[in-house]
Amino acid sequence: MNALKRIFGARFVLIGVPYLWLLALFFIPFLIVLKISFSEPAISIPPYSPKLDVSNGLVAFWQQVREFGFENYVFLFEEPLFYRSYLSSLIIAGIATLMTLLIGYPMAYAMARAPRSWRAILLMLVILPFWTSFLIRVYAWIGILKKEGLLNQALLAIGVISEPLTILNTNAAVYIGIVYSYLPFLVLPLYASLERMDDSLLEAAQDLGCTQLKAFWTITFPISLPGVAAGCFLVFIPAVGEFVIPDLLGGSETLMIGRTLWVEFFNNRDWPVASAVAVILLLILVVPIALFQNAQARAEEKVL
Amino acid sequence: MAKTLGPVRNEFSPWTDSDAVPFISFQNVTKRFGDFTAVDDLSLDIYEREFFALLGPSGCGKTTMMRMLAGFDAPTSGSVSLDGTDLTGTPPYRRPVNMMFQSYALFPHMSVEQNIAFGLKQERVPNAEVKARVEEMLSLVKLEAFARRKPHQLSGGQRQRVALARSLAKRPKVLLLDEPLGALDKKLREETQFELMDLQERLGTTFMIVTHDQEEAMTVANRIAVMDKGRIVQIATPAEIYEQPSSRYIADFIGDINLMEGRLTAFSEAGATMQCAGMGPKPEQTLTVQIECDTTGTLSPGDAGWFAMRPEKVRLSQEVPDGIDPANPVNAVEGTIYDIAYLGNVSVYHVKINDGFIIRATQTNATRLVERPLSWEDKVWLYWGADAGILLAS
Repeated sequence: MNALKRIFGARFVLIGVPYLWLLALFFIPFLIVLKISFSEPAISIPPYSPKLDVSNGLVAFWQQVREFGFENYVFLFEEPLFYRSYLSSLIIAGIATLMTLLIGYPMAYAMARAPRSWRAILLMLVILPFWTSFLIRVYAWIGILKKEGLLNQALLAIGVISEPLTILNTNAAVYIGIVYSYLPFLVLPLYASLERMDDSLLEAAQDLGCTQLKAFWTITFPISLPGVAAGCFLVFIPAVGEFVIPDLLGGSETLMIGRTLWVEFFNNRDWPVASAVAVILLLILVVPIALFQNAQARAEEKVL
Repeated sequence: MAKTLGPVRNEFSPWTDSDAVPFISFQNVTKRFGDFTAVDDLSLDIYEREFFALLGPSGCGKTTMMRMLAGFDAPTSGSVSLDGTDLTGTPPYRRPVNMMFQSYALFPHMSVEQNIAFGLKQERVPNAEVKARVEEMLSLVKLEAFARRKPHQLSGGQRQRVALARSLAKRPKVLLLDEPLGALDKKLREETQFELMDLQERLGTTFMIVTHDQEEAMTVANRIAVMDKGRIVQIATPAEIYEQPSSRYIADFIGDINLMEGRLTAFSEAGATMQCAGMGPKPEQTLTVQIECDTTGTLSPGDAGWFAMRPEKVRLSQEVPDGIDPANPVNAVEGTIYDIAYLGNVSVYHVKINDGFIIRATQTNATRLVERPLSWEDKVWLYWGADAGILLAS
């Protein structure tokens, strides 16, 4: 009785709700995708076989399970399109993350150093773009970047260029799109970690013989590294699987896994291969992050 | 001639030597932050090997003084010099001054030894020497066993020691201590005060401490400057500050004191006589106070003045004290015990005299009292010697 009470107590509910949420909206869908990735494409609804069905009894169910195979995964490794898409996605996301960091770090730093009364307003300005749909904002970049768009018109008008630049439908446009869209995700955690820092640390560094620039590199930057890591992950992970930006702003040479997956899923109607693509993508992202976090936790422990 | 404070043994008092050259010198320094004047046209000399305390309530400008010496704030006008060199325009990282911060400001991503080595590394001191100096500092603050810990793995007292070791590692000409013991509990604070004094004596470094804790300043410092509203109210040794405060502000700020207002009636070689209205044995009578003091000051007979006397200098008696005429007492008054604060080592008696004025008298509890001889509502005589208190003009 008591044990039951404990289990169903407030604590259980409190901890249980987020777990339930993860279970229902992440783990179970993932299992479904995993299952589909072991199936074969078929002309039916839904377009794959075997379809698991327990209504015909367990023997029939087991028969269906035995039809599962790894063909889709083998196919992914044999077909250069896929691994080129993965590689290209990682490179594009990596470069875009680096660019976001180069722009976002000074922004976050300036915000954290701004007079206290300004900080709330600056924070608002960073969050403001979220009030408009992501899709619309990416569309807006088409209007800016296209041949007769605002950017080219402005540059022509001030005479920097004589011919309009081709930016839209190139990787450059994808980089611009990713940096623009994900900048707040990097700035916010970075700002949080920089703002928390005690100003007297910098004074202490100066007192002990550092110039301001050196104090930044020896004190501020190392202390902000967890914020940098958090921000970079928040940009890199969604950027790898990004579909909308390469689809709207990218060109034919822009190879990204999100787009490949879309084509596989909707144009080729090959759900099993698309699922396998998604599973591999998840592994590519989750495994290194888990290793990284594990290493960080061990580094913390080692000090003790 | 009035008594001055007796000579201090093993005397270190360069400030009394007119030939001594000041080590740190603030000259007509003013610092304004917008409309607020933090430091107001202040001049101050500090000598080598001194343990100097800046004492005052928060907002009095003491921290600003320290920050101007460290180089974090520049004076609006006036100059600060150290060891004969004008420091104006010298950035903090080039000043031979190190500071121990109130928050300790330990670098959280560095171990204890890295924190201590930090300043030496900036100077590109050879590695072997850095290592030796770090070890020396660690043993100085008794933290050898904690060299590889990170600051968050240390207790408050240990962090304080790391901060101290780090600020001493570069062997600064002056060590600045900004409320160094504020975050420690009372017991540890007292211990650390003695360690600081010991350390200062051994190293011979000039220490400048900023604190709002008068006991701390009294304990550690050779000399104290009491500050209020950007000005120095008095600079003196702890004993002088306590026994000869220059004003009611200081008298009240440092320790506990009885302040009685009266009118000066007569001056003589030996001192002054003062009449305090309404405090005599009968309500219409005045209380006659004779004060041994220097009468060459600003006051003259007929002026109003203040008699200031520390509670521990007031004696208590249940009978009429010897040599006191109960009808016309001098330096004595009868009253009723109104309140007793038993503090263990001492008891503070609040004695109400007839117009309601309360004089506090401290008695040392030299024996274990099971039953107190004095209780509430008891009639007692308070009496004191002519050298028990001082005369203040303001």
